[in-house]
Amino acid sequence: MHSKLILRNLRAVGTAVRCFQSSCASSSTQLNLETQNDSRNSSAPVFPVDFTSKLQVTTERDVAKIPIYQVLGSDGRLTDSDQRIDVDEETTVKMYEAMMRQNILDGILYQAQRQGRISFYMTSFGEEGVAVGSASALESTDLVYGQYREAGVLMWRGFTLSDFINQCYSNDEDLGRGRQMPVHYGSRKLNFITLSSPLATQVPQAVGSAYAFKLAKNGRCVIAYFGEGAASEGDTHAAFNFAATLQCPVILFCRNNGYAISTPSREQYRGDAIAGRAVGYGLAAVRVDGNDIFAVRNATKYARDYCMSNNIGVVIEAMTYRVGHHSTSDDSSAYRSKEEVEDWDKSYNPITRLRLFMEHSNWWNEEKEKLLAKQIKADVLKAVAEAEKKLKPEISELFTDVYYEMPDHLMEQSAYLADHLKKYGEHYPLDNYKK
Amino acid sequence: MAASSKLMHKVFKDASQFLKVGCRLQAQNVICRHASHFTYFKDEPLKEFGDTSKTNMFQAINSAMDIALDTDSSAVVFGEDVAFGGVFRCSMGLQEKHGKDRVFNSPLCEQGIVAFGIGLSVAGSTAISEIQFADYIFPAFDQIVNEAAKFRYRSGNLSNCGSLTIRAPCSAVGHGGLYHSQSPEAYFAHTPGLKIVIPRGPYKAKGLLLSCIRDKDPCLFFEPKILYRTAEEEVPVNDYTLPLGKADIVKAGSDITLVGWGTQVHVLLEVAKLAEEQFNVSCEVIDIVSILPWDKNTVCESVKKTGRVMIAHEAPLTNGFGAEIAATIQEECFLYLESPVKRVTGFDTPFPLIFEPFYIPSKWRCLQAVKETVHY
Repeated sequence: MHSKLILRNLRAVGTAVRCFQSSCASSSTQLNLETQNDSRNSSAPVFPVDFTSKLQVTTERDVAKIPIYQVLGSDGRLTDSDQRIDVDEETTVKMYEAMMRQNILDGILYQAQRQGRISFYMTSFGEEGVAVGSASALESTDLVYGQYREAGVLMWRGFTLSDFINQCYSNDEDLGRGRQMPVHYGSRKLNFITLSSPLATQVPQAVGSAYAFKLAKNGRCVIAYFGEGAASEGDTHAAFNFAATLQCPVILFCRNNGYAISTPSREQYRGDAIAGRAVGYGLAAVRVDGNDIFAVRNATKYARDYCMSNNIGVVIEAMTYRVGHHSTSDDSSAYRSKEEVEDWDKSYNPITRLRLFMEHSNWWNEEKEKLLAKQIKADVLKAVAEAEKKLKPEISELFTDVYYEMPDHLMEQSAYLADHLKKYGEHYPLDNYKK
Repeated sequence: MAASSKLMHKVFKDASQFLKVGCRLQAQNVICRHASHFTYFKDEPLKEFGDTSKTNMFQAINSAMDIALDTDSSAVVFGEDVAFGGVFRCSMGLQEKHGKDRVFNSPLCEQGIVAFGIGLSVAGSTAISEIQFADYIFPAFDQIVNEAAKFRYRSGNLSNCGSLTIRAPCSAVGHGGLYHSQSPEAYFAHTPGLKIVIPRGPYKAKGLLLSCIRDKDPCLFFEPKILYRTAEEEVPVNDYTLPLGKADIVKAGSDITLVGWGTQVHVLLEVAKLAEEQFNVSCEVIDIVSILPWDKNTVCESVKKTGRVMIAHEAPLTNGFGAEIAATIQEECFLYLESPVKRVTGFDTPFPLIFEPFYIPSKWRCLQAVKETVHY
């Protein structure tokens, strides 16, 4: 662990690059003409400058591993007396409350799934600090592309308990109109792009959005979240490379929680994990203790400033642990020990860590804790009860939004279904849907 | 699971109680898991395949891969989460039995999985790869349609990747929504050089998968995921293969031919029963089994006999594989047809979670179509 925030970039590694002169001179006129309006320097190929007569192979061991930046130890105390925390009591408590709300919402919706009330669910247990900490460091206008375990970002931005729960119940107030599985949230108002299940697709899309914001000069940053498993997808490679070559102000935020469903990170990647790749692409990188909400917040804040002022994408790798199962379709006892999970949950829990800090600061006590948990539980259960009363969206919404305007063939198919349901409606659960 | 475990434990326990008691009244609006939209019709295995045991579809697939690993020392099984048994349990116990070098996890990268499999095959191994969901096969589209499918042709048969098999769970499951429900067979059916197979149950799955693994061309094996546990029947315990490119007449009839594959075969068998009971119509039900190459003779012979045909599949209507079958039928059987070729399919929309009961070609939509076709 490391208490100093270090952003790795090309200079930090000391790889000097410059234009390889002879190539510059021999570039064709046509090439130069084509790129003369390009603000990005020369079009000539760029090579490392130094030649060597010594044959050397660089291995993992030749490159220092990026340390994990930490502010709070697991005892809830600053790891270094020089550490500075830029949040006051009010903001700290707000961060704590957001994590608690996420945690209790997860607990209740997980049980709702177990009872067959919703079809599916994914908890964020153990990773609440990653989502809330990073969200707290961004501007509310910054655009978020999530994967599926960053509900805490929405929680921080003010997505209501009913917003979450209505989506999971696919009812008429689900902003996504009941079309996607539970936890596939989205909010235009909160600048959070609706999730999709395919992995890593959002990462290069975020880079494109960052480029658009750069052109628009609107001061908005873009963040893409993804897991260390998704980082193996080709799309993540594309995102890193595009972010670097097109100089996009984007934060590529990897939640490294140790497992992609059952696959441990040892079988997912080698070398210096995900942050270690960044410099190779020409991006900046920082690795952070994901269960230390202040470290996540500081790193994200720094990364935001850095990428906005330098037009260099920043990779943040938050080291954390997935305490829950991958999803309600998974039983993680098939591939990891109960002891391992308990150890992480007890010793490194982000919520516990922040609570200890707040207690040390005399901002929190047992009574406040009980009151908060009770209040959140009541709020969640009230929202669940309301969500269960609501009908599903109208059946005709099966056909809307495929296109901006409904083409003829879909109008025909919609009319055919309506006619079929007139004749055979008794065999369908029509009463559950809005008329 | 939570910060102060004791307190949270109590919170969740209370909540659980509340959900059980307090919300019971609203439970009629909670329709998250639909009952299966079909009744499974069991297959009878051929006697010549020997002893059988009661087996569900994931066990039948497991048995096929186990036999492939036993009988072919160059065979390997790999994909995301394959080592611990796979998310649908198809590779359970295989790593323990055959070792970590032959049954292993890959990084989470579909294009990598297929390309790695092509490479294995080109170099003489038998590659049995798994894409976790057919919905996630598209990053590998280039490797499948431009590489695997064309390897033999473009090299003048100097090399090939025929020993590659790609398994992927597909189709509706009741709660899969957009990205755990798709039936992407038609995308691949547009690609010469591939073989595509979709089994309707455990008996067929085992024999067909072994055929795919041993076939000399790259095969896509799409497994309707709803059948993994719901479909259970007697399956031969030993090694056996079933022919690729050959359709099955699963029920003989005289008035109309019903064509489907995968789960839909069972829907059609139920429709045949209902049609017989309700309007005394005799349906012949055909499972085409192989999408590519498909058995047009069996289908056309049947249509020439019945004069009427309905094709049903879960994938969207436009450019679904039913379109290819319909076009062939009108060309081959034009003078025999008593009514237009009918298609009952998923709609031309993404696969929607909460509207699944209306989206799929349900038995009631199929029954209405049979009625209309017969009374044309």
